[in-house]
Amino acid sequence: MIEPGTQAPEFTLPNQKGEPIALADFRGGKLVLCFYPNDFSPVCGDQLSVYQEVLPQIAEAGAELVGISTDGSWAHNAFRKQLGLQMTLLSDFHPKGEVTRAYGAYIEERGHPNRSLVLIDEAGVVRWVHESPTPLEIPGANLIFDALDAVSE
Amino acid sequence: MVDLRSAAVPPIGPTDHVRGSGPEAILYLDLGCPRCAAEWPMVKRLGLRLCVRHFPLAAKRPRSLALHAAAEAAALQRADGFWALWDSIYADHGHLDDPHLWERGRRLGLELTRFDADRRSEVVAARVQADFRGGIRAGVAGTPTAFIGGERIAGDLLASLESEVPL
Repeated sequence: MIEPGTQAPEFTLPNQKGEPIALADFRGGKLVLCFYPNDFSPVCGDQLSVYQEVLPQIAEAGAELVGISTDGSWAHNAFRKQLGLQMTLLSDFHPKGEVTRAYGAYIEERGHPNRSLVLIDEAGVVRWVHESPTPLEIPGANLIFDALDAVSE
Repeated sequence: MVDLRSAAVPPIGPTDHVRGSGPEAILYLDLGCPRCAAEWPMVKRLGLRLCVRHFPLAAKRPRSLALHAAAEAAALQRADGFWALWDSIYADHGHLDDPHLWERGRRLGLELTRFDADRRSEVVAARVQADFRGGIRAGVAGTPTAFIGGERIAGDLLASLESEVPL
């Protein structure tokens, strides 16, 4: 997993509409990258649904939360609609997992991201990371607020 | 700004909905959650002192907020209104629209005009939100989630709760 204090690796990935989204687009605000294993899996659905409910509070704290998996844009689009999600979902589909690997969040033997959170500050520096011990374990939204609070101090 | 940083699960207090006797278990449940509905008939028969708290995932389950608000509104008219409506919703998960809630309210003998006003009131919304936020701070990340002795149970909820019941 990428270390706090390092410059966040640049990327440009398609969102759920196929539009290119770059890390640089978030410069000036805080960004929480949420790497998750798979669209439509029950655990990932629970995780993003819980985060969806606190998106207004994440925005109040000056941050945006963005999901990343190796699913394609069309799958992201359908997944968002199924769960009523409003956050951007980025598709690390081709070359598969390249950005996820750059952040050290890819599980090679499983072929998908581990459940990992990365907080990037206004200057593009990684300030906090969280990696689930197993993909089945969901980090609570409280951990995101703890990290946002610690970074703003 | 609402504080959603980590905190211990709030202990059972006077405004909580609690029933049964035995070891205490705090459950964060979503009335719109099919898995909660499937497990509830077993969970409620365990010899535990059960405290249920609202954890509606509103974007995923568009009826959840209305269901939780309805249970709180029923509590404002009848001492046993909360549990009567709560059990009724989990017992028949196929009828969750407003006309179904009115019918459930009628069967419970609720005054329906007041029931409708109460379930849309700010007081009731705030009560549901307070539970939800306490759950977020305690790390609840899906339903059903239970806490026993302040510790969050991971894995098979029913098996863990059963193991708490004294033989």
